[in-house]
Amino acid sequence: MSENNSAPKETLFSPRNKKLLSEPIGTSNPITVQVLGICSVLAVTVQLRASLVLAIAVVAVMGSANVIISLLRHGIPPRIRIIVQLTVIASLVILVDQVLKAFVYDVSRQLSVFVGLIITNCIIMGRLEAFALQNKVWPSFLDGVGNAAGYGSILILLAAIREFFGSGTLMGYQMIPNFVYDIGYVDNGFMILPPMALITVGIIIWIHRHRDRSLVDVS
Amino acid sequence: MKALINLVEKVKPNFEKGGRLEKFHRTFEAFETFLYVKGDVTKSGAHIRDAMDMKRTMVHVIIALIPPLLFGIWNVGFQHYRATGEEVAFIDQVLFGLIHVLPIIIVSYASGLAVEFIFASARDHEVNEGFLVSGMLIPLVIPVTTPLWMVALATIFAVIIGKEVFGGTGMNILNPALLARAFLFFAYPSYLSGEVWIETTLQEGQQLVDGFSGATALAVQAAGEGNMPSDFDMFFGFIPGSIGETSTLAILLGAIVLIATGIGSLRIMASVFVGGIFMGLVFNLFAVNDFMALPAYKHLIMGGFAFGAVYMATDPVSASQTGAGKYIYGFLIGVITVLIRVVNPAYPEGMMLAILFMNVFAPLIDHYIVQANVKKRIKRMEKVRLQTQA
Repeated sequence: MSENNSAPKETLFSPRNKKLLSEPIGTSNPITVQVLGICSVLAVTVQLRASLVLAIAVVAVMGSANVIISLLRHGIPPRIRIIVQLTVIASLVILVDQVLKAFVYDVSRQLSVFVGLIITNCIIMGRLEAFALQNKVWPSFLDGVGNAAGYGSILILLAAIREFFGSGTLMGYQMIPNFVYDIGYVDNGFMILPPMALITVGIIIWIHRHRDRSLVDVS
Repeated sequence: MKALINLVEKVKPNFEKGGRLEKFHRTFEAFETFLYVKGDVTKSGAHIRDAMDMKRTMVHVIIALIPPLLFGIWNVGFQHYRATGEEVAFIDQVLFGLIHVLPIIIVSYASGLAVEFIFASARDHEVNEGFLVSGMLIPLVIPVTTPLWMVALATIFAVIIGKEVFGGTGMNILNPALLARAFLFFAYPSYLSGEVWIETTLQEGQQLVDGFSGATALAVQAAGEGNMPSDFDMFFGFIPGSIGETSTLAILLGAIVLIATGIGSLRIMASVFVGGIFMGLVFNLFAVNDFMALPAYKHLIMGGFAFGAVYMATDPVSASQTGAGKYIYGFLIGVITVLIRVVNPAYPEGMMLAILFMNVFAPLIDHYIVQANVKKRIKRMEKVRLQTQA
């Protein structure tokens, strides 16, 4: 393992650790830059409430999975590490699923299979492989939470756009006043369909790269 | 004429480098070349010299669109007064049509060109002429009852997502006009499902005649109830439908212009019709329900089949480029259209989806045609080599 034990002790929120948290939200965002975890983004962003719950669930799973794998990192034989990672994620997802069923049953119904599919979310596996296996517990935790937050922020942004234009509501509350409908406005049914989610993600990526030129791939 | 040239020359310095309105020089250029062919020509390299530059090509397509447009304008009025049961003069029907169709055309051009000019300025490239045709096609493929703001939204969506993100005119993989229609179709299905496509906003003292439905022939066929128009009406276009799609005759007139000027591909048009007939006949063999038993030729005169085949499938950018590929591309459009119409009850019209689908496949078809040709030639070379050695 590549960690350096002789390094001077870092404070909890040293610049390096802050970067672990902030980078995935911006310049190495799992969705808009790495383009991972797209399927759930297209499927569950019809309504803001469901996306918010899924975002929180992913933050919880990813933060804890990174911590657990980081704790176990010296004990995991490299040849079976993928199976160990899957077991850890699956156990956490089952926990989250039970909590959702107990406290927000309707949202859990709405998310249906996508709670279970957190297991296969490539962002989580990717971070375990790329980060938690080689780093200490605290940086791993920050990395997990940061990446999950990067994923969740796009999820929530997308869901807000789609729910607002597709159903005229936010969190289930009507946002577009009735007089707008009276003068002829109609909710955009295309926004509710997955193809428009993909196009909207594309537009978000476009805006992101327009603002941050260093992300533009010139190869 | 002379005065116009003088005017152009007079305002030109303002737009040149250092001029007051330099920022808008792309806009100026667009209007200048629209009025006159530019004086400066390419001087180096090998070039084919042809008067048919992109602007002239587009203008020819617009000319080919005039018959369905004029017929459509009249038909909007005709259908309206037929629905109200009033007998009015021909000129009144045309006027009614103009009042309802012109705003759609203006909105389509204004919103689309605005996007084009914004992108041209932001990216500093020339304003392309592609939208001249798309802007006319969009009004012709939507029903007259579509609200204007929807037309504007769909046009902006189609120009940005269908064209500008791919790099502008000539780079699009999908037909922008059809993309606009697809956007409307999925976003506002109740406006485009073919249920009521006649302008029926009534004035005082008017009422709808008994038994009026306003459904298109395809919607009637899919629902299995209502009045089916006669073949004669469907061929000449005295039926409800999108503005430009109803009259097969007017569309065929336009097809003659496209083929004569060499812009529209006869191969594509013919093979779309053949594909439609073929699939219609296949369904006739089984004929387990009314729609399957529908005579195959009727598919060609119903809905947007003819319009799609002549104006949409032949779009030189998004269609197949190779000769043999055009046959495959066209044939499959015909087949898929009839397939969607007959098999999927949720989509009464299949032309739009079939063309968009095949647009995506056109590069793949071309790839295999080219590869097959390369293989054939390598084989031939091998044969010649073996003969010379022997």
